[in-house]
Amino acid sequence: MTWKEDNWLLRVRNLTKIYGDPGENTLALTGPAFNTNQCPDTDSIVACADISFDLYPGEVLGIVGESGSGKSTVVKMLYFDLEKTGGAAWLKPYNDGCINILEESNQRKRYIRNNLMGMVYQNPRDGLNFGFSSGGNIAEKLIMAGNMHVGNIRGRAYDLLEKTEVPVQRMDDRPGTFSGGMQQRVQISKAIANNPPLLFLDEVTTGLDVSVQARVLDLIRELQNMLGIAMIVVSHDLSVIRMLTDRTIVMKNGRIVESGLTDQILQDPQHAYSQLLVSSLL
Amino acid sequence: MNILEVNDLSKVFNLHILNEKKIEALKQINFAMKEGEIIGLTGKSGSGKSSLMKCIYRTYLASSGEIIYASRAGAIDMATADDHQVIDLRKSEITYCSQFLSVIPRVSAVDVVCENLFRIEKDKEQARETAKGMLEMLGLPTDLWDAFPVTFSGGEQQRINVARAIIARPRFLLIDEPTASLDAKTKDVVIDLISDLKKNGTSVLCISHDEYTLDRLVDRRLHLHLGEINDAAVVEAN
Repeated sequence: MTWKEDNWLLRVRNLTKIYGDPGENTLALTGPAFNTNQCPDTDSIVACADISFDLYPGEVLGIVGESGSGKSTVVKMLYFDLEKTGGAAWLKPYNDGCINILEESNQRKRYIRNNLMGMVYQNPRDGLNFGFSSGGNIAEKLIMAGNMHVGNIRGRAYDLLEKTEVPVQRMDDRPGTFSGGMQQRVQISKAIANNPPLLFLDEVTTGLDVSVQARVLDLIRELQNMLGIAMIVVSHDLSVIRMLTDRTIVMKNGRIVESGLTDQILQDPQHAYSQLLVSSLL
Repeated sequence: MNILEVNDLSKVFNLHILNEKKIEALKQINFAMKEGEIIGLTGKSGSGKSSLMKCIYRTYLASSGEIIYASRAGAIDMATADDHQVIDLRKSEITYCSQFLSVIPRVSAVDVVCENLFRIEKDKEQARETAKGMLEMLGLPTDLWDAFPVTFSGGEQQRINVARAIIARPRFLLIDEPTASLDAKTKDVVIDLISDLKKNGTSVLCISHDEYTLDRLVDRRLHLHLGEINDAAVVEAN
């Protein structure tokens, strides 16, 4: 067996995000038991609270839940798009996992983001600069990680677009001229440009045609097999979760209601909300 | 040495969305399995055979009791082990073969069969050759090898399913009705393939309704009735 308890890649503890001023009872009066994430005393919104999990190298973790459950907030805090309210996260390849990355300086956060993480957003406009060509977008990510050799950069961008099945003759075109599925492929190329050990995927196939969705999912699975990259897949769609993940966290009203092996969540869900979710699966 | 010891295992499904309805699937199950043994799990539909298997594999969470599996690294209670530990065991030692093939779409038959082998055999072409050899033995027509199994017939899917489960020679195999929709000749091939695994030390828990398969394959039988093991029906072979 290769599993060792301290072999985690990413460790997250008590990650919390609250909008507005929380009161003394805000955490006690919100969550699935109250079916709300809004504090009745202060009107503050608990986007997520007490989120804890370990992600192991090469593991694919799903976060599933309805819109407003806080699932995207979790990965956006880990990718530093949002400031945390509370909690901590450690990343093994960064100072051997001894430093809470959420407390680092902005400069250090940029380093972590560019070298050790990748993010693919639901909306390609969040992940791509539409003023640059698709190749230029990838180049930007490579340069941010300290890669300065122009020839190398162009060669690497070419390889990445080829790997993600974007027609390479279009690498000098802007993403705005691409179809939605192709924009997602460019975004994926950019996200994996610096070979990060960790990739976040936030509702990446939502809004795409079914056949395009299938091909993007195939691509993600192939990349995972090929690169062994650990992923956190955020989705409201249990079919996506079933196809991609080993383990799943179910969220509701900003809290984790259940976590387990993906086949266990799908076949023997424990929490009432997970049971409802699974029974709604087409 | 025992590869598996199940102690007082119970499983109750608590259906919150159906007014807290409770379904008792397994009651106080106790049995032990020796390393290298093949046990046939028998009983009517709904008697709890698949539930027992799924509890051992952790697709179902046990409600109470222990499922002690003697892994290469030591004893592990599958009822309570960390998810990551279970994932690791599934990759390295324990394979579950369900009654019906459920695979990732848009993957060819050969690659579906290879999936577990790719983990240990880095040479993908070599792995594919092994898979093709197995599919040939099982009589799957060659023009189906690069097709997607979703569209295959029941018997064809079952052969893919069995090939996929045994190709990487797991240490512990849970297999549900491996011969149910196969013709007599293919049935014999499957029985021979599983017997070969046993020669290499694999322990097998096999659900079957088929007397022929049970007679040829298993060392002993465990009979489930309404979620309980009926001691009177624990028959030692020969």
